[in-house]
Amino acid sequence: MLPKKRFSVRRLPGFAVIAIACFTLLYAPIMILVVYSFNAGSSIAVWEGFSWQWYSAAWDNEMVQSATFNSLVIAIQASLYATVLATMAALGTTRTKPYRGQTAIYTMINQPLMVPEIVTAVALLICFAVIKQLTDYQGLMYLVIAHTAFCIPFAYLPIRARLEGMDRALETAAADLYATPWRSFRQVTLPLMWPGILAGSMLAFVISLDDVVITEFVKSAGQDTLPTYMLGQLRRVITPEMHAISTVLLVVSVVIVSVIFILNRSKN
Amino acid sequence: MGSTVATSVIDVSKTFGQDKDQVTALDRVSVDIRENEFFTLLGPSGCGKTTLLRLIAGFEHPSGGKILLHGEEISHLPPFKRPVNTVFQSYALFPHITVSENIGFGLSMQDKPANEIKETVAAMLKLVQMESLADRRTDQISGGQQQRVALARALAPHPKVLLLDEPLSALDYKLRKEMQIELKTLQHETGITFIFVTHDQEEALTMSDRVAVMNQGRILQVGTPKEIYDHPAERFVADFIGDTNFLAADLNQSDNGRMMVTLPGGRTVETTQSDFPGAGKVNITIRPEQASLINGPSAADLSGTINNVVYSGNDTHVHVMLESDEPFVVRVQNRGAQSAQWESGQAVGIKLEPGSVQVLQD
Ligand SMILES: Nc1ncnc2c1ncn2[C@@H]1O[C@H](COP(=O)(O)OP(=O)(O)OP(=O)(O)O)[C@@H](O)[C@H]1O
Ligand SMILES: [Mg+2]
Repeated sequence: MLPKKRFSVRRLPGFAVIAIACFTLLYAPIMILVVYSFNAGSSIAVWEGFSWQWYSAAWDNEMVQSATFNSLVIAIQASLYATVLATMAALGTTRTKPYRGQTAIYTMINQPLMVPEIVTAVALLICFAVIKQLTDYQGLMYLVIAHTAFCIPFAYLPIRARLEGMDRALETAAADLYATPWRSFRQVTLPLMWPGILAGSMLAFVISLDDVVITEFVKSAGQDTLPTYMLGQLRRVITPEMHAISTVLLVVSVVIVSVIFILNRSKN
Repeated sequence: MGSTVATSVIDVSKTFGQDKDQVTALDRVSVDIRENEFFTLLGPSGCGKTTLLRLIAGFEHPSGGKILLHGEEISHLPPFKRPVNTVFQSYALFPHITVSENIGFGLSMQDKPANEIKETVAAMLKLVQMESLADRRTDQISGGQQQRVALARALAPHPKVLLLDEPLSALDYKLRKEMQIELKTLQHETGITFIFVTHDQEEALTMSDRVAVMNQGRILQVGTPKEIYDHPAERFVADFIGDTNFLAADLNQSDNGRMMVTLPGGRTVETTQSDFPGAGKVNITIRPEQASLINGPSAADLSGTINNVVYSGNDTHVHVMLESDEPFVVRVQNRGAQSAQWESGQAVGIKLEPGSVQVLQD
């Protein structure tokens, strides 16, 4: 007897066509971008042969250098702070007795995922304007704080998922075997949640590296990050130098996301 | 058996939740567990076995009453300060460290010197026959092996009392039988008091020095397996442990002071029991193997008609409908031609062994 055919969306007429169209729409522009970053000419439409020239041009561009530097300084700090805060928040929301307002706190932690980014951006801009007036401080710290704020939920979610997937009996067993709460945390909880922490921090790093809206609002003059620098350049002439920078960002993101994926798979 | 008390549970209650949702998991439970004994908590799912174990380990705090360990109150101590270790139902082995490190975990948390830890771990690995897998990660070994590691890990710090929460329930039948014997031997060798939780009455009877039968948050009866089996105090205990028959009867004191039970059908038998609920209407229980079938009602204690004969290997269960309209099962050993002579529809008499009638408290 033949196995009964079950309903499968894959057998609907036109499924393949639509799927291919979607993937083409998603990936073709990116492929074109990558290809033209190697263009020997300065056109973004006419292929004139292979060359690394736009990569070296970007590399030598002082504006790009400073924007990259800013991006890295902000992303490293923001992802670090966001991860520490998110770890504490995750422990506070999964390793305590259920308390009133737990859902409210959960929602508040994830606020940046729900509030429109532009609103957060305006709010931070106004808030920092006041602080700037009061303290006269003009440095990168505003951007670091802003990035930390919107990176927290991205760091929080994988860490929380990891903690929730962890067998509570393990911590009970540690306590049973004479581990004080602190040693139980150090010896059992922390090592087991570590892949979640790594994944969370990397995700936060990528998100920070990529941000335009909030950065554009909060930054002072001369504080361009790579994305805001690129945005500024695009208003003028587009050269394959933009393609080169974009390609590098793409590679960095893909590598990091792959690592996160592998970390999450190592769950068990 | 040593008579010093290892753990005293005194009037302990535990409730979960608040107001309407309140659940009473334990209701004024008292029991003394002796040193060196294999003590089993037996009862159906949800009767509070795990809760009692968790209270002794310190994972939960009692809502009332107190718990003593060798005469000292421990109710207020956190789990990491109690010289008591647990073998968890799910084993709860640490997945990020090796088998050896798991076994040594308790000792290293007690800050024992490294060489002592090494020696004890080696001895424990030998005890549970896991030497060859010492450096494996715990997710790379079989269920039975994990079980042994969990046992070794809990035994390594040489606790005063070892708590085991259904440690064998995840194993298949054959392995479970093996581990039952191993556990019993281990208890003997180490001299540690074992408090063992199970809902399997057979397991409880074969392994334990004493058994506490629990139901709905209360301990109904504590005794040796034989006491519990032969002299169940309550209907629930009799029913939960092995197969049995229940009958309604009358209890009367005879002229010479002996206690007589009047069976359905009018026959009276003496009972030598000392604890009675008081004369009058009582429930009695009779084990199926303590009754035998005879032809004709003349010498019979009970009589009725066979309505079913069920063959089950070693013996045959003959279901009889008594004249009083109560069902009664007699177990007949399948030796010789004995069992073959009984058929459905046949009128039979039932003869009871002396002392087989047990008067219940409820
Ligand atoms: N943390 C808890 N919160 C609320 N109720 C609980 C909690 N722990 C146990 N209970 C309730 O207490 C009662 C006893 O539970 P317990 O786990 O002790 O049963 P058990 O005898 O171990 O059963 P099983 O054989 O199924 O493991 C149950 O009714 C259970 O629902
Ligand atoms: Mg249980």
